[in-house]
This record gives sequence, C-alpha cells and structure tokens, in this order.
Amino acid sequence: MSKLLKVTSSPHIRHVDSTRGIMFDVIVALLPAAIWGCILFGLRAVIMLAVTIVTAVASEFVWNIVLKKEQTIGDLSAVLTGLLLGMNLSSQTPFWIAAIGSVVAIIVVKQMFGGLGFNFANPAMTARIVLLVSFAGQMSSYVSPIEWWSSGAVDAIATATPLAKESSYTLRELFFGMHSGAIGETSAFLLIIGGLYLMLRRVIKPIIPVAFIGTVAIASLIAGTDLKLALFGGGLMLGAIFMATDYVTTPTTNLGKLIFGVGCGLITFVIRYFGALPEGVSYAILLMNILTPHINRLTLSKPFGAEEVAKS
Amino acid sequence: MKLPESILRPVKLIRGGIHLEHQKNTAECETLVMPAPKTVYIPLSQHIGAPANPVVKKGDTVFVGTLIGEAGGFVSAPVHSSVSGTVTDIKDLTIGNGTLQKYIIIESDGKMEADPELKPFSVESFSDLAEAAKQCGLVGLGGAGFPTHVKLSPSKDVKIDTLVINAAECEPYITSDYRECVEGLNDVIEGVYLIKQKLGIEKVVIGVENNKPRAIELLMQVAADHRDNDDNVKIMKLPSKYPQGAEKVIIYSATGRKLPAGKLPSDVGCIVMNVTSVATLYRFITTGMPLVAKRITVDGTAVAEPKNLIAPIGTPIKEILSFVGVDVQNADRILMGGPMMGNPVVSDESVLEKRNNAILVMYDAKPQPQTACIRCGRCADTCPMSLYPAMVDTALRLGDKENLNSLNINYCMECGCCSYVCPAKRPLTQVMRTAKAEIRRQK
Repeated sequence: MSKLLKVTSSPHIRHVDSTRGIMFDVIVALLPAAIWGCILFGLRAVIMLAVTIVTAVASEFVWNIVLKKEQTIGDLSAVLTGLLLGMNLSSQTPFWIAAIGSVVAIIVVKQMFGGLGFNFANPAMTARIVLLVSFAGQMSSYVSPIEWWSSGAVDAIATATPLAKESSYTLRELFFGMHSGAIGETSAFLLIIGGLYLMLRRVIKPIIPVAFIGTVAIASLIAGTDLKLALFGGGLMLGAIFMATDYVTTPTTNLGKLIFGVGCGLITFVIRYFGALPEGVSYAILLMNILTPHINRLTLSKPFGAEEVAKS
Repeated sequence: MKLPESILRPVKLIRGGIHLEHQKNTAECETLVMPAPKTVYIPLSQHIGAPANPVVKKGDTVFVGTLIGEAGGFVSAPVHSSVSGTVTDIKDLTIGNGTLQKYIIIESDGKMEADPELKPFSVESFSDLAEAAKQCGLVGLGGAGFPTHVKLSPSKDVKIDTLVINAAECEPYITSDYRECVEGLNDVIEGVYLIKQKLGIEKVVIGVENNKPRAIELLMQVAADHRDNDDNVKIMKLPSKYPQGAEKVIIYSATGRKLPAGKLPSDVGCIVMNVTSVATLYRFITTGMPLVAKRITVDGTAVAEPKNLIAPIGTPIKEILSFVGVDVQNADRILMGGPMMGNPVVSDESVLEKRNNAILVMYDAKPQPQTACIRCGRCADTCPMSLYPAMVDTALRLGDKENLNSLNINYCMECGCCSYVCPAKRPLTQVMRTAKAEIRRQK
C-alpha cells in the first residue's frame, strides 16, 4: 500500500493575511496617535491604556474559560478593543471606570452576542457610550495637555474639549493635537497617517472615512460653523478612520459603505449642531451600526450575468 | 512576412479575481517524452457525462490508438489504448479520487506500435468536425473534461460568431498549454483555421495572459503569415489575473458578453476551446491518432526539478514522479491540475487522465487557525461572479433555507478566490459546494 495523501477541497493555497494579522495592522496604525496621547497626557494616559487593554483581554480570557470555549485572545481583537476604548477616554477618567468599560465592551457588547464577528455594534465605542451615560461627571473631565509638562502637576486644571467651548486653538494646534481631549483623539495628523497605512495595506477602503469626514465638512461649511474645530477638535478622525471602518459592524458593500459614511456624517453634525451634546461621533456610529444589516441587504449587487437573464 | 496586426485588448474586464504568484518555473522546459510504462490503467470515465463502455476483453491485443471503450451516450467520449500490448483485466478500482471507477488494464509490450488501421480523418462538412472530435476521444483539456463534440454541435438556430481559443492558463505552475503554443504552434494555428472554416465562424480570438509574451509573439507571427487568406484570427493579451481563463471570464474579456448561469457559451454566440484541445483535434484529423497521451507539467513545492513531459494516458503517477525524480514520501499532497482548482488524489497509484494538465506535489504551508468570520468582505470583493460567500457560510450554518436560495449559489464556478483571500481561513469554496448540494437535495 502506498502512502495515503491528504485530500481536501480546493483551493490548495491561501493568502498570507489572517484575522490576527489584520488586527495587528490596526493596532500598529493606532500606535502613533496612542503614543502621542501618552506624551501629551503623561503617566495617567499610559496606565489608562494598560488598564483598558489588560482588562479587555482578561475579560475575554475568563469568558472563554467559564463557558468552556476555545481560547480566542490570540486573534488580538480584544487587545484592539481595549486600546480603542482607552484612546477614547480622557486621561482623567478613574481607572476603575475604564476597567468597567473594558468589561462591558468585551462581555456585554461582544461575547454575549456571539463573540468576534457577531456583535452588531462596535464594542469599544458602545462601551464608551455606556460609561458616558453612567458616569457623566467623571467622564467629562478633561485636562489641557501641556499643564502637566509645565507645572509637573498631575492634578492638572480641568478643562473642556475644544468642541465644548469657544476656544482659541489655532489650526496647527488642532491638527497636530496640542489640545485637550480623549487620549487618542487629539492628533488628526497621526490618525490620518494611521489611516493611510491601513489603506496602503488594504485593510480598509477609503470610502467610509472620506464619506464621513466629507459630510461633516460640507455640513459644517453650509451651517457656517468653525470647520477646523468640526474636523480636528473632537473625535471625528478617530471615529471615522478606526471605528466606522470596523468590519463587523459596518456594511460590506461599497455602496453600503458610502451610505454608512454619509449617514454617520449627517448624524454627527445634527447632534453637534442641534443637540445638547458637544460630541456626536460615537452616537452617530452606533446608530448607523444598527442600520448596517439593512444597508447590506439593500445594497447587494446582482450576480454576473443576472441582468441578461432578466432581459430575456 | 507582414507585420503582425496590433494586438487586441480585452473588450471588458471582470471585477474581482486575485493576483497569484505565477510560479511558471517550467515555462522554458522543453517537453520530454516519457518511456512506455509497463502497465497502464485506463479509466473509462475521464470526462463529464456517461462513462465509456468497454469494447475489448481480457487477452485482446491492442495498439496505440485502438478503440477500447466507446462513448456511453451523447454526452460521453470514447477511450483508446495508449500503449501497444495485451488487455489483462477490466475491473473497478478506487485509485482515483477514492470512489470506485472502471479501468481497462493493459500490459505494454514496450514497442508503442501505432494501430495500423489509423488513418487521417477527412473533414468535409460542418458535422464531420464534431464526429472527428468524438472519434478522437477529445474532451476539454483545460481541466473540465467536457466532451468536445458536444460543444462543436451547436443547435442550428443559434448563430455562433466568435470562436474563443483559451490559452490564458491562469493557474499557477502549469505551463502545458504554453508549451503547446511553442512546440505545437503549427497544429494550433492550423486547427484554429480549420475549425473556423468548417463551422463558418467569422471571428477568432486567441486569449493569452500577458505573463506569456513569447506565446503571444509566436501566435501573432503565424496569424500574420495567414493573413493573406483570412484576417479574422486575432490574439488578445489578457491580464494575468486569476481566474482569467475561466470560461465565463474569457468570454467576457473577448466579447463583452455575459454568460448567465446555466447557459452555454453558444447561447451568447461563442464556442470556447482550450488551445491544446484545438491542436489535439488537428493532429487527429491529419494523422488519425486519437487522444492517447497528454502533455503535463510536473511541479510543486516538493519538486526539486520541475519538468514538462508527455506521458501515455493511464500511466500511474508513481511512475511519472519517479521518472522526474520526485520523492513522495515527505510530500503532503498530490494535485491533478493547479493549486486553485486541481483535484487531490488519495495516493500516487492514481493514473494520468485526459483532462489533467499538471501534477503538483506539494508540502503543506503552515496552517493558520480558523477564526469566526470578521466580515471583511474580501470574499465578495474578489468573487468574479459578484456573490457573497460569507453570507452563504452563515446561511448554511444556520440552516436558513430561504436565504440560501436567494444568494444565487448556482452562479458559483468554484474558482477558489473566496477561500484564497479569507483572512479567517474559512473554507468558503467548500461551503459553496456544500450549499449547492444542499439546494439540490431540497429540490
């Protein structure tokens, strides 16, 4: 009897890209802005990111153990969720609140809906919203970035984000991130660099970020609000480039992505302009996340040659 | 010689598809002729359709080209002896893909004597061409194995205006069609003109991927030499993007027409033939020798010195590999055909069939873990048929029949692009096959 060989369904070769590789690429793309946030906001920011990442990974680890599921922390998606959540928080957020955020993101938003690939809303962003409505006071305490540098004081003067009050920041300060805000959202420049890296690596397509940011820009121009604040003053860049491009919770079709991006942009503008809240990016993405399955269904393309069948 | 006319560009390009490493290591390897094997095992079913019925019995003396199995129906093809010698047995074996198949076993006398009764086939009319293809035992040599005479007998009321010659060879590694263009250039071009003339087809498009510039050049030269008589044979330079050589894809490139699921190329005015099929048909018409040997590429990650060779149909793979000097002991799999659509065999006792164009001996790449679908949409982006494999995956897993039926699974040509690109390493092409079977089962 000669040697028995492996027999599997074709194809017999695979591309090198993996789930883990994609998650790793997104983490790499976030790092410049995260590191910049740590420089701006100091040790508290470093600890904040560590707390959210470790808690996120630990939550997923424990969940898998308790439910006797295959361990999935190796796919790095929990690391990414933790990092994104941390970058969306002010460095003044109490650490225990940040940790709760990670648990909510992983356990409630992700695992309870079936784990990776099955959650309908972006875990990090939904967790941020949960924290925002649960701990409104502690969550909206921001610090000016330079304070701790000049005075060395850790308990820096609380301030508002540029969007929250009439501010005198220059375009340059806003674009490069010399202003208050969440740890990872301040430097539009570094976030755009990260986004370009992801597009270059073909991890994301430019459709959603361009549609999202473009819509906010156009709406802001029409309404006559401060364009530089609208684009660079809040969480728009982080949201549009990294949260609104999450595969799981956004449409897969190109037309769907366009609709999603424009929808996010409009809702963001409406909340900022008409609402009582200074910031609307998270809510906009969450609302569009909910519409994603419908957008997908409505924008499916016809298979090759189907129109010929219809004609005849 | 006249200057070759400018090369054709694709009329339209399909969306999707993937860029693969070409791995055409054997492109410049001249074809070797494999010596007669001691024993050949000739399968009676080497094509789509009914198996052939044996017309010889144990103890009969046969020659190279002797008919040993006649077509078992309209969609079927005859088989011929590939060696001279004695029929030792006719029996069912599981040496192919693991299922039971009937084989005619012939012990070779080593002389490779041609059947003295073989004589050139004269093609007078339209229907003679299909008869020639049938008597040749010709099947689609690109890999599908569809009996050629069926293709060449289009119903009278369809108008065929374009003959598409498929020399795209979009699978990695394989160079057997390319070698046919180089070594059998005359047979190819004469065959093309013969078919064009007999079927009264206006236009011929020979499609070649742009990674074979020499084939393009050679074909353009011979086409130019024939221009005095007929100026309607054109060479089309296709992008090297898998699956450019798939029937629907090459028709779209050559004519801009979309071939819907369940339709035949003749429904959109085309006949598509593989370049080696054309040359084989021409050789049969001029010499009377049917399809008894096949040019194949032997390559793969476990092959140190890849080669092209011609071997008799029914030669055990074991002997072909030992002729090329390949050790199977460490290898993980043997594929008949390319890495994207080739069929794996259970052991090296399998034999060479008509439709095979390559034997790949592969080591497995390090397996990557399968994860849940992350909905990246790459499967849908690369699907040349604009399908949604990930949605089929979900619908199949959930047993969602309604959704399964709405996802147009019958359009899938199983090219493998979805599985190839999936970062979650989900076996999407296999899912599509399972889904097709599930839908058939429901009906």
